[in-house]
Amino acid sequence: MASGITLSGVFKRFGATEVIKGIDLAIEPGEFVVLVGPSGCGKSTLLNLVAGLETLTSGDIRIGAQVVNDVPPRDRDIAMVFQSYALYPTKSVRQNITFGMQTRHVPRDRQEAALDEFSRLLQIDGLLDRKPGQLSGGQRQRVAMGRALVRQPEVFLFDEPLSNLDAKLRIEMRTEIKKLHQRLGKTVVYVTHDQIEAMTLASRIAVMDNGHIRQFAQPHEIYEDPVDLFVAGFMGSPPMNMLPGKLARDGTARAVAVEGNGAPPILFPLPGRLAARLDEPDGHEVVLGLRPEAIFAAGTELPGPDRFVFERTVGVVEPTGPDTMLVFAIGPVEAIARVRPGDAPDPGTAFSFEVDMTKAKLFDAASGLALGARTGGR
Amino acid sequence: MRARRISGIVRPRGWTTTALRGLLFAVLGLFCLYYLVPLIVMVSTSLKSLDEIREGTLLSLPQSVTVDAWVKAWDAACVGVRCDGLKPFMWNSIAMAVPAVLLSTALGAVNGYALTKWRFPGADWIFALMLFGAFIPFQVILLPMARTLGLLGLAGTVPGLILVHTVYGLAFTTLFFRNFFIGVSDGILQAARIDGAGFFRIFAGIVLPMSVPAIVVTVIWQFTQIWNDFLFGVAFTVGDSNPVTVALNNVVNTSTGVKEYNVDMAAAILAGLPTMLVYVVAGAWFVRGLSAGAVKG
Ligand SMILES: Nc1ncnc2c1ncn2[C@@H]1O[C@H](COP(=O)(O)OP(=O)(O)O)[C@@H](O)[C@H]1O
Ligand SMILES: [Mg+2]
Repeated sequence: MASGITLSGVFKRFGATEVIKGIDLAIEPGEFVVLVGPSGCGKSTLLNLVAGLETLTSGDIRIGAQVVNDVPPRDRDIAMVFQSYALYPTKSVRQNITFGMQTRHVPRDRQEAALDEFSRLLQIDGLLDRKPGQLSGGQRQRVAMGRALVRQPEVFLFDEPLSNLDAKLRIEMRTEIKKLHQRLGKTVVYVTHDQIEAMTLASRIAVMDNGHIRQFAQPHEIYEDPVDLFVAGFMGSPPMNMLPGKLARDGTARAVAVEGNGAPPILFPLPGRLAARLDEPDGHEVVLGLRPEAIFAAGTELPGPDRFVFERTVGVVEPTGPDTMLVFAIGPVEAIARVRPGDAPDPGTAFSFEVDMTKAKLFDAASGLALGARTGGR
Repeated sequence: MRARRISGIVRPRGWTTTALRGLLFAVLGLFCLYYLVPLIVMVSTSLKSLDEIREGTLLSLPQSVTVDAWVKAWDAACVGVRCDGLKPFMWNSIAMAVPAVLLSTALGAVNGYALTKWRFPGADWIFALMLFGAFIPFQVILLPMARTLGLLGLAGTVPGLILVHTVYGLAFTTLFFRNFFIGVSDGILQAARIDGAGFFRIFAGIVLPMSVPAIVVTVIWQFTQIWNDFLFGVAFTVGDSNPVTVALNNVVNTSTGVKEYNVDMAAAILAGLPTMLVYVVAGAWFVRGLSAGAVKG
C-alpha cells in the first residue's frame, strides 16, 4: 500500500528570501504528481522539503498518516532520483546500488536479490562492475533509478531526472518511468520544467510559479481549462496565442474585438455557452486565448458550431513534419496557426484561417484569471 | 578523464616563428642550467676526497669517486659533541613528520568537509579565522607555543613538535580541502543522506575516496613544510630530539678541525632526499589519480 503525501501551509525561507510561499497539496496514495514550472520557481526546494533535505520554515508535511517535519531523510520511506544523477563516482554500479542497503544493514542475500531483480529490470545487469565515469548518460540515469528502486519505498521523488538526456533517450525513459509506475503502483512526485513530460506522465499536474501553486488538476483540465494566463501560457507547445482585446457585440451576440494595427478590429464571436457565463460588461479588457491547433486552414476540418473565418497575410512558414506552423500578425501580437503540411501557403500570401471558437479561452487582462471558466479552478 | 590531444593544432610556419622558438629554448636552457649548477656542484663535491677538494676547483668533476663522505655524514659526522652522523636525527625527523603530516591532513579533511558539506551557522566565520592562521608568521607563535608546550609537559620532545606542526598546519590543510570539497556536488551528499548514511559514513565511504588528488597535494605540501622546518625544530627541541634540519646546521657549523666540505654537501643532500622522494612517489600517484577519473562522476 503506497502512502499519500499532504502538505499544509508550507513555507520555506532562505535567510530573507521566501522561496515557497504557502503551499497546500494533497497527493493521493499511488498517484503520479508532476510539479511543473519555470526554472527557479521553487520546485526542487519543495521536493527537498518532502525528502527532508531542507527544513521547513513553517507548515506541516505528512507522509501517510505520519507528520514528518522533524524526521530525517533516511527514516521517511522515500527514495530520490536527482537531475545530476548524483552517483558515487568512486563506487562501482553494484556498490552504488547497494550502498543504501549496506548502511541499513539489509542482509546480504536480500541485497543480492534486490540488486539482481532491479538491475535486470533496468537492463543494467551487464554494467555492475563499471564505474559511473565509464557509463553513458542514459546508463547513469538507469543506475540512479536502480539505486532508488532497490529501496522499495512507498514514495519516489524525482528531480528533473531526464533533463540531461538527449531528446530520443528522454522519450524512451519517459515511457519506462510510466511503465514502472504502473507496475509498482507507488506514489511519485516528479519535478520537471518540461510541460510535455508533465502532460505525458502525470495523473495530476501542479503548475508552480514563484513559490505558489497556480493550479493542481488532471492534465487535460490543465490544458483545456487553465485557471490563469500563466498556466495557459506555460502548458502547450507552441504556446497558446494570447490576443489582447475588448468585450464587444456582434449584433446581439457577444464577441471579442481584437484591434488590428490600424486596420479595423476583428470581432471574434464568443460561443453562447461561454458568453452566458460572462458577467463583465462590453468594453472590458480581456485576453483571448487560442491554441495553435484551434486555428487551421479554412474549410479543411469538418464543419462544426462556432467557427469563425478571417484572412491574414502569412509571415513565416515553419514545417515540423506532421504539421506546419504559420506565423502571422494579428493586432499587436504574432500568432501561430497549426495547419496540415498540404494546406501551407507561401509566405507573404493572404490566407484564410478558420478558428474553432469552442476551444477559445478568455482571461481578464488586469488579473490574468480565466473568465467564465467551467470549473472553479484551484 | 582522457588526456586531451592538442598536438594536432595547426601552428603558423615561417622563419620568424622558428627563430622565436629557438630563442625560447635557449632561454629555457639557461634557466635549467642556473638551477642545476648548484646541485651538480653539491653532488660532485660530496663524491670527492678532501685532498681533491683542496687541489681542484669548485666546478671540476671528481677524479676518483668515493662515497666516504656520504658514509661519514650518515654515520659518523659530529653533531655538536655527539659523533653518530645524521642517522639518529633522520629518525627524529621521520618520527615527527609522518605523524604530523597524517594528523594535520586528516583533521584538515574533516574540517573542510564539515565547513562545506555540513554547513552550520558561523561556518564562514570559523573558516575566515582559520584562514587567518595561515598568515600568522612563525615567529609570532614561538613564545605562546613554548609556554603551552611547557604546561603540557611536552617541551623539548618530538611529540611536542608534532603538536606544533599539526596545529600550525591545520590552517593550510583546511584551506586545501575546503576548496576541493566546494567543487564536490551537493547532490552526491544528498543522495547519501537519503541512502541513510551519516556524517562519518559519508566522509569515509564517499567523500574521502573522491579526494585522492586533494590528499596527495596536501601531503606533499605538509611533508615539505614540516620536514624542511628549522625554526620550530630549533626552538622546541633539544639536543637528542633535534630534527635533521637542526642537526645539519650543527654539522656544518661544528667549529673543531678542518672544514669537511664533502661531508657537509653529502649531509645536506641526505637531509633533503625524503622530500624529493615524497614528491616523486606521491606526484606519480597524483597524476595517476587524475587520469583514472577519480574526481569526475
Ligand atoms: N540553499 C539556498 N539558499 C538560498 N537560496 C536558495 C537555496 N536553494 C534555492 N534557493 C533559491 O530558491 C529559488 C528556487 O530554487 P529551486 O527550488 O532550485 O528552483 P527550481 O528547482 O524550480 O528551478 C531560487 O531562486 C534559488 O536561488
Ligand atoms: Mg530544480
